[in-house]
Amino acid sequence: MNFFLTIILDGLIQASWLFIVALGLTLVFGVLKILNIAHGSFYALGAYIAATAVTMVAARGLPPSVGFVAMLLSVALIASAVGLLLERGLLKMFYGRDEVVLLLVTYAVFLILEDVTKLIWGVNPIYATQPYELFGNLEFAGLYYVGYDLVLIPISAAVGFAIWFGLNRTVIGKIVLAVIHNEEMSVSMGVRVNRVYAIAFAFGVLLAALAGALTAPKISMQPGLSSDVIILSFAIVVIGGLGSVEGAAVGAILVGLARAASVHLMPQAELFMIYLIMAAVLLFRPEGLFKRETARRI
Amino acid sequence: MDRSWRTNCAVIFAATTSFALAAPASAQDTFKLGIVTFLSGPAADSFGVPARNGAQFTIDQLNKGSVPSPYEKVGFGGMKIEPVIIDENGGATKQVQELRNLYQRDNVDVVLGYISSGDCLAVAPIAEELKKMLVLMDCGTPRIFEEARYNYVFRTAAHATMDNVGLVRYMKAKNVKMDTVSAINQDYAWGQDSRADFVAAAQQLYPNVKVQIDLLPKFGAGQYGTEISALVGAGSDVVYSSLWGGDLQAFVLQSVPRGLSKRSQLVFSAADHVLPPLGDKMPDGTILGARGAYGLMSQKSPLNDWLFKGYEAVNGVYPVQAAYRITQSILGLKAAVEKAMSKNGGKKPSTDEMVEAMTGLEWPSPGGLIQMKLADGHQAIQPIAISRTKYNPELKRVDLVDIQYFAAECVNPPPGVKSIDWIKGGMQGAKCD
Repeated sequence: MNFFLTIILDGLIQASWLFIVALGLTLVFGVLKILNIAHGSFYALGAYIAATAVTMVAARGLPPSVGFVAMLLSVALIASAVGLLLERGLLKMFYGRDEVVLLLVTYAVFLILEDVTKLIWGVNPIYATQPYELFGNLEFAGLYYVGYDLVLIPISAAVGFAIWFGLNRTVIGKIVLAVIHNEEMSVSMGVRVNRVYAIAFAFGVLLAALAGALTAPKISMQPGLSSDVIILSFAIVVIGGLGSVEGAAVGAILVGLARAASVHLMPQAELFMIYLIMAAVLLFRPEGLFKRETARRI
Repeated sequence: MDRSWRTNCAVIFAATTSFALAAPASAQDTFKLGIVTFLSGPAADSFGVPARNGAQFTIDQLNKGSVPSPYEKVGFGGMKIEPVIIDENGGATKQVQELRNLYQRDNVDVVLGYISSGDCLAVAPIAEELKKMLVLMDCGTPRIFEEARYNYVFRTAAHATMDNVGLVRYMKAKNVKMDTVSAINQDYAWGQDSRADFVAAAQQLYPNVKVQIDLLPKFGAGQYGTEISALVGAGSDVVYSSLWGGDLQAFVLQSVPRGLSKRSQLVFSAADHVLPPLGDKMPDGTILGARGAYGLMSQKSPLNDWLFKGYEAVNGVYPVQAAYRITQSILGLKAAVEKAMSKNGGKKPSTDEMVEAMTGLEWPSPGGLIQMKLADGHQAIQPIAISRTKYNPELKRVDLVDIQYFAAECVNPPPGVKSIDWIKGGMQGAKCD
């Protein structure tokens, strides 16, 4: 029993931060129809900004809790600004063009951001471990877990719920959904679609950066951080269905649990497991588990 | 008259030219040395940059003639060394192209470097094809010379077999209990070969040992929560790892709060380089190697004092394994070049002359005597030290205590035997003090 509880908990810890990243990716695709290759770079950007904030706070002798709050606030502010700047200054010039063009534009942004992080933070690994000790340790299923890892699960659930609630239970959310369903009709109804695009993209960037910030205290930040994340988050949104919040949640949990189970039961299959799930889902549900129904246009 | 004057001029010019070509190397001559090390990417901080700093320090000291005996001669046989340093980051395909560029575009005399096993396996055949001398300064995998024969390629450091045999010999000597062992290593040449050597050596000296958890996460995984759960859950006597750099640091940072070091004896094969950044986060009592008798485990000698103190003065941190390895590589190349020059009348040696001189060469280094004894004189063996960690609150650094040294022939296979076969055959012929 303990063994299976361990697998579930390990899987949920893994799924928690993956879900936040994938949520940003799926939101941007749902609204703007952009497969954002640069999404992993925003995750890396968030991690680096968080590390800087934590280090600055620690250097002033302030407690780790201050560092934790500082890293979340600084990432929220900077990532939102970067998102808005990119959407308004670059992406909007390419709306209406072929999707492949936007794919290439975001790939260019990915390459630029890779070099920007090297330029600002250098090439050596950096650390920001102080917040990792913030929540102590907890014994569960016969093993000690770091409290910080466990706290990521409710944080992730809260973020997911907030996004779901915002989209489904608020006026702004309804407007965003309207744009997702039918952009032309939304424009004719007086919706400022450009503003919706800007907000949605900024939110997507913010979510990726937030995931980076939350994982920063337990990893080493180094070049190449973004590549792995983009592969994993794409796998999740493909499994869950592009543009679906529920799909991102289920996809993240599936990937997290599959990875945890394979490490515990069949370590040699760990790298292959994610792609196995992806292939299995696409075989039976080519558009993912939670692909939105779309009205046929006449 | 006119024709004879021209003829005389031509004769004088030809004689002068041939004399110049045959003249001993002078201070005007330079030796162009291509150096390849990680300047970016995951391996830069742990290995690449210390290696570059070590190379710059050593070359600078050699060019000034400030290195202790027997290396007091300026540069290489009086020739100033001109380094061309490039980044090893970017993968094996890129490195193959960069190696060609170094030889064919930059016209370097020798290329020296490489840290990644994958890169070493990729570039060695290219140097052989081009008939250019290549000195590999690191790389862990024994496969380079055990799966191929090279004339122009050398490795001036022992391979990973030494690290793992040394670790197991140390554990046996210190009566470390190992009825069960679990392992976590990166899923590429270095990790796979290290794991195979350690498990094979453990099965020789601990015949009843059982391997419990055997994990091979991908290189650069960074997050090991699930793996740590599996390792803690198994509760093996020993947890072995050849993780390095950012991966090892992340593993230590994530596993210590979860009690892994309390439940199992941690054993790391190449961990000295993470001690400065980790500080008190590294648990006391961890058994570790440094891929040689390097850094805090180095033995006192004029050469070691020169490197340790000099490097620390320049870089503000003591030298770890990569700085030692590149220094011993450069000193070995210097010894080979000067040996070749002593045979050819003091001229700048050709590639073939350097290759001949380097084959089977022995030279003293800050980390002990290096002997090119394996792979027909192309693969080095060297002594190794293993120790335990102990945090020193006064100096605010991790000290290494309970150090034990093993002679090169105690922990390296004899010539003509594959490492894994030697280990599985009971390490026959090992000469341990």
